[in-house]
Amino acid sequence: MTPTIAILLIITFVLSTVGLLLLIWSIANNQFSHGQAAARTIFSPGEEGHSEDPARPSDPTFTGNTSEQTAAIEARWTADQSSRTAVLTWLSSSVFWLLLGSFFGLASSIKMHLPEFLTASEFLTFGRIRPVHLNAVTYGWASMAGIGVALFLIPRLFKTPLVGGKYAVIGGFIWNIGLVLGLSAITLGLSDGEEWLEFPWQIDILFVVGGALCAVPLLLTAANRKVEHLYVTSWYLMAALVWFPFLFLIANLPFAFPGASGATVNWWFAHNVLGLWVTPIGIGIAYYMIPKILGRPIISYQLSLIGFWSLALFYSQVGIHHLIGGPIPTWLVTLSIVHSVMMSIPVITVAINHHGTMMGNFSRLKDSPTLRFVWIGALMYTVASLQGSMEALRSINVITHFTHYTVAHAHLGMYAFLSFILFGAVYFIMPRLTNWEWPWRKLISLHFWLVSIGILIYVVSLTIAGWKQGVALLDAAMPFMDIVKMTLPALQARTVGGALMTLGHLVFAFHFIAMLMRRGAATEQPTLFRPATKENAQ
Amino acid sequence: MKRALAIMVGAALILLLATLTLVVMPYLQMSAEQVPPDLKPYTEQQQRGRQVYIANGCVYCHSQQPRDPSFAPGDKDRGWGRPSVPGDYAYDEPHLLGTMRTGPDLFNIGARQPSIDWQLMHLYNPRAIIKGSIMPSYPFLFRHVEEPAEGDKVVNIPPPYGPETGKIVATEDALALAEYMLALDHTYPAPTLPKKPPNSDEPKENRAP
Ligand code: HEM
Ligand code: HEM
Repeated sequence: MTPTIAILLIITFVLSTVGLLLLIWSIANNQFSHGQAAARTIFSPGEEGHSEDPARPSDPTFTGNTSEQTAAIEARWTADQSSRTAVLTWLSSSVFWLLLGSFFGLASSIKMHLPEFLTASEFLTFGRIRPVHLNAVTYGWASMAGIGVALFLIPRLFKTPLVGGKYAVIGGFIWNIGLVLGLSAITLGLSDGEEWLEFPWQIDILFVVGGALCAVPLLLTAANRKVEHLYVTSWYLMAALVWFPFLFLIANLPFAFPGASGATVNWWFAHNVLGLWVTPIGIGIAYYMIPKILGRPIISYQLSLIGFWSLALFYSQVGIHHLIGGPIPTWLVTLSIVHSVMMSIPVITVAINHHGTMMGNFSRLKDSPTLRFVWIGALMYTVASLQGSMEALRSINVITHFTHYTVAHAHLGMYAFLSFILFGAVYFIMPRLTNWEWPWRKLISLHFWLVSIGILIYVVSLTIAGWKQGVALLDAAMPFMDIVKMTLPALQARTVGGALMTLGHLVFAFHFIAMLMRRGAATEQPTLFRPATKENAQ
Repeated sequence: MKRALAIMVGAALILLLATLTLVVMPYLQMSAEQVPPDLKPYTEQQQRGRQVYIANGCVYCHSQQPRDPSFAPGDKDRGWGRPSVPGDYAYDEPHLLGTMRTGPDLFNIGARQPSIDWQLMHLYNPRAIIKGSIMPSYPFLFRHVEEPAEGDKVVNIPPPYGPETGKIVATEDALALAEYMLALDHTYPAPTLPKKPPNSDEPKENRAP
């Protein structure tokens, strides 16, 4: 067995390296694209240098200086409107699941330091509400918001109205039914029993169908596209929408993988949900929002392509770093660790692009809520990923593996990175879809500060406590119960931080609903891009 | 469209490669692994207990995978047992390895706490046994009766944790879960481990709950 494995290992490694070299070669020879020209496809003719920032009233929106430019902007307005029903279906659902997930998260947190809280009912025991939390925020909030934003970006990226939006609407309904059934099943004690895969597999079929229905408008619109270049965001979104159904299907094949090999499939899947599903969506959105709000293209289009393909190559192989020290063949663990460390390549290229584009424009963070959310999210992507690469090293993982440190890292990634970017995107998108302004801009600030302070408390307290917990667990001199007592203050602090975050989500949801109902005064601010404003501009 | 397809196909191929290395190869290797001769399959009742364990999410706080002492010495020193090997999980469907140690590892809890009364009392209210434990209590796995009937398993809860009057009796689910806990005893030697585990598989003095 071992020689075969060694050979296969070498083959994988060679394949990866060859792939990377090919890529660098093709970019160097301009096989792919026309470099920076492709980075400019997100702008309408003449728009470069003008910010598009719908959540910010004091900024005049570029409406074109010539009739040709105006026509392009108008076409974009039509493209935006074409995705309206589909995007609103997915986004509104995601906000609902965020609220539900937050309450379950908060309750789980309280239970960890008040073990007698709500123990009478089996439906509210920690071991059920905790997976309800994870599944509601992962498949409800993060995935649905991600798909919603993707549906909004697709027509913009391809510069053509969304075709087949109704499939996505139907997909949204099916997805929601899946969530209701899946979360109820967990509550009733019918979980499949593996982390990230708790929904009974019969229900999982609904997610595969719902997700596949979203691929229909993607393909139809791509076939119709009016742009020559595919902007890097569309790479990430297309790949993610290919990966997810595939992953979800294999991992849920009922009873295919028993015993310890089931664990490798479990974590192959769980990390791919993070690495090949939510991460590409998050990075892709940031690749669109940052340059759009700043009105300047990303600094290096070539780098963004290297970042994309190396992410695909390396991220798909990291899953087994969740089983370091477990009953798993050593070669497998080593393979995942190597790829985890290699992940610093895509992470650094993305960081150069995101943060490099920001250089000299940091003052814009003060007044643009979208940019603030999106850029902090992008920054936390860099931080969480570099932290993750360290965490995958045997010498660090032996300490952090079974501790609250992992939970802090999980929220740094899923929340401070992904959720922040999604918040920013929602603030950008809603004015465009509803042709209405955010009614109370102070609420955006309030939301921002509540969740920022909340997640800061959450991550800092659990990181420190988790590390101490991990060090203590390695040495049997400290009795187990003393370790539990040592972590209690951090678990209480998490409840405080989590309560602030939940409060922030209530503010966000309230504002979102007000926007749907078109509350607040309609001031004729230029942010509101209405066709009417073009007359003034001409 | 051609370029869009190229990206999607490329993405799918890369995932296929990863599936080969992370799913197919480990499966081939591990399913060929020898099952330790002393490992017993679960009885029907233990299997039911395992389902109760899954339904109530014990896995979110407890792992079942002691690590090698040369890697993480604490695991063995706390009495959690020898490092586990793939064969130990031959009858586990789904696996319950776990990734958190909010509570201790349970791979050998049956050897460390072999009394069913201990297990039941602990499930009813962990704090009745271990001061300061943050494990939730599971009152819904028990019934409160005035007078236990024939064949009822009575659980004697020390005051002040028990009810004022009457008795606490275990449900079938509680009994099954407790039996599953007792079945978690992997103190037999693992033939695939490179060196013989030292024969001190007795529960350690160190009384981790
Ligand atoms: C280069 C990038 C990254 C690497 C190498 C990495 C590595 C790791 C490692 C080693 C663990 C701990 C496993 C354990 O000890 O149990 C982990 C857990 C986790 N990471 Fe990352 N990480 C990265 C980026 C991210 C990002 C961007 C996100 C969020 C989108 C994320 C979300 C998570 C979550 C949710 C967990 C907890 C999983 C669980 O136990 O349920 N990670 N990661
Ligand atoms: C609203 C505030 C939130 C609170 C109070 C909270 C609390 C919690 C708690 C108590 C756990 C269980 C930890 C454990 O088992 O030890 C958890 C797990 C988790 N939460 Fe949250 N959470 C919140 C928001 C979110 C959001 C918005 C997301 C994702 C977008 C998220 C993603 C996760 C993930 C991925 C895990 C699994 C971590 C792991 O297995 O290591 N949480 N959360």
